Amino acid sequence: MPPRRTSSIAIKLTWMNMLVSGVALLVSCAAFVVYDRVTFRETMVQGLSTQAQIIGANSVSAILFDDPDAAGKTLSAVRADPDIISAGIRAPDGRVFAAYPPGSGAGASNLPAILPKQGEGYGFRNGELALVRTIAADGRPIGLVYLRSNLRQLDVRLRRYASIGGLVLGTSLAAALVIFWMSQRAISRPVAHLAETSRIVSRDQNYSLRATPTGNSDEIAELIDDFNEMLAQIQQRDAALQTARDEMEQRVQHRTAELSAANGELEAFSYSVSHDLRAPLRSIDGFSNILLEDYSEALDEAGREHLRRVRLATQRMSVLIDDLLKLSKVTRAAMVRERLDLSALARAVADETQRAEPHRPVEFVIGPGLVSEGDPGLMRVVMENLLGNAWKYTSSHPRARIEFGAHRGNGRPAFFVRDDGAGFDAAYAGRLFGAFQRLHAESEFPGTGIGLATVQRIIRRHGGEVWAEGEIEKGATFYFSL
Amino acid sequence: MPSNDIILLVEDNPDDEALTLRALKKNNIRNQVVVAHDGVEALDYLFATGMHAGRDASEVPQVVLLDLKLPKVDGLEVLRRVRIDERTKRLPVVILTSSVEQQDRLRGYDLGANSYVRKPVDFNQFIDAVRQLGLYWLILNERPPIREN
Repeated sequence: MPPRRTSSIAIKLTWMNMLVSGVALLVSCAAFVVYDRVTFRETMVQGLSTQAQIIGANSVSAILFDDPDAAGKTLSAVRADPDIISAGIRAPDGRVFAAYPPGSGAGASNLPAILPKQGEGYGFRNGELALVRTIAADGRPIGLVYLRSNLRQLDVRLRRYASIGGLVLGTSLAAALVIFWMSQRAISRPVAHLAETSRIVSRDQNYSLRATPTGNSDEIAELIDDFNEMLAQIQQRDAALQTARDEMEQRVQHRTAELSAANGELEAFSYSVSHDLRAPLRSIDGFSNILLEDYSEALDEAGREHLRRVRLATQRMSVLIDDLLKLSKVTRAAMVRERLDLSALARAVADETQRAEPHRPVEFVIGPGLVSEGDPGLMRVVMENLLGNAWKYTSSHPRARIEFGAHRGNGRPAFFVRDDGAGFDAAYAGRLFGAFQRLHAESEFPGTGIGLATVQRIIRRHGGEVWAEGEIEKGATFYFSL
Repeated sequence: MPSNDIILLVEDNPDDEALTLRALKKNNIRNQVVVAHDGVEALDYLFATGMHAGRDASEVPQVVLLDLKLPKVDGLEVLRRVRIDERTKRLPVVILTSSVEQQDRLRGYDLGANSYVRKPVDFNQFIDAVRQLGLYWLILNERPPIREN
């Protein structure tokens, strides 16, 4: 897939290359130009020097014979060189012997110093080259000749070089740009392609794409291969994950179906229990009663007692069935979680309990404003059981105090129901919450032993825990957390 | 207590039938009690069809004591048909059953039962319940008019 915009790697590489090439070319050009300038200056100096020597040599006799005109003629030969501004011969005393252009003596002043070894000196100053040479006869200096030249040739040369250099630079850079642009594709195209592919893969989450291999064997080709390898691995892993999920989903469905079936069976069972088990019980109780009523004369006291026991047993069984049904409902019922005013609930249950036996003097102390979250129906069952138990187990005492409040323990918020009634032997506390387990005889306090098991099941469904403390005849406290 | 008012007892269990009749007698309720042993018999009686064909269908019971678990046609179906028919739609029906399943109560009231009473296992309680039912439905309660005029 071609890159939709020019990869910035391409541009970076190109800029880098242009910079390098440009600098290299610039430096080389500059070096050449500098070298040439230096060399050309030398050439210019050389040229002037030669002219000075010639003039000097040709002027010796004119100086020795004190012939300024002859010297002037010799001097005027310099007009062949258009670049010479002025020239002249000076006597050792500084007097201008001859000058060119004739009559000008100005060029004689401000001459560069003569270096003793060379016998001449020169200087580039004020846009001129000035050269001075000693004229010697028989080794004795008899005067000096000076020449002043403009730097026109130098300028021209410099300008020529500048334009050529510029042209070369431009052409080279242009060529470099083109060549480089075409050759950098070998690097930047695969990179851009890789970048594009990975962008698309992560945008679309489509792991079936692959980057096209370049056919080279450099690091980029390796990168592409590894990238494709990773994509293949991701695909594999996705497939494995999907399979695992599907399997899990199937298993969950299967289990849910099993669970619903089990629940359904339980539902049917409970219904049957609730209805069909009671009918025979009713018959047993009813006809035992009829026997007692209509045939009491035919029965002796023992016989009547037997029947009474039959009736008691059936009634007890009826209560047991009811309690068992309640317990089973608690497990199956759908649970909702709402904000619950536990204080209000406790108050309501307490009032109901008191109304059922208004003659009992029981003091209810209900902590105000106690709220929590839970299922209202199920928590009502809990309160009915706990407060009902407290009511029942304080029935042997003349006065009773039943308290409901919040328990400051560690961790979760907890509540308690406390009574000052018969209590229980703490040694058997472990059996308190077992189904059908009782710590008191039926004759002391009636009950089936299902109540606390129901409470425990409900509280556990809320994710909490129940526990109890008690002492014989000192009362009992039942705690629960939600 | 007008003794020509009929109580229709729909009950399939012979023990329960005997006990209910005894409870009524114990409470001095001398109304005629017609017993239907399943849903079909009950409907036959109310609409004067089948085994009760030839009965004067305008003679509607004072109250129907209806058990739910009945063979052939069950209690709720009987209730439904009673409530559909013009002649019987206002007939007082008391569901008297041992089931306390919420479903049954819901369905019963939805289908238009007037009352739902659970049969206690304890016979003395049962006698007391029947007494209260008798007091209410036969004496205190004003039965619906038989026809509009």
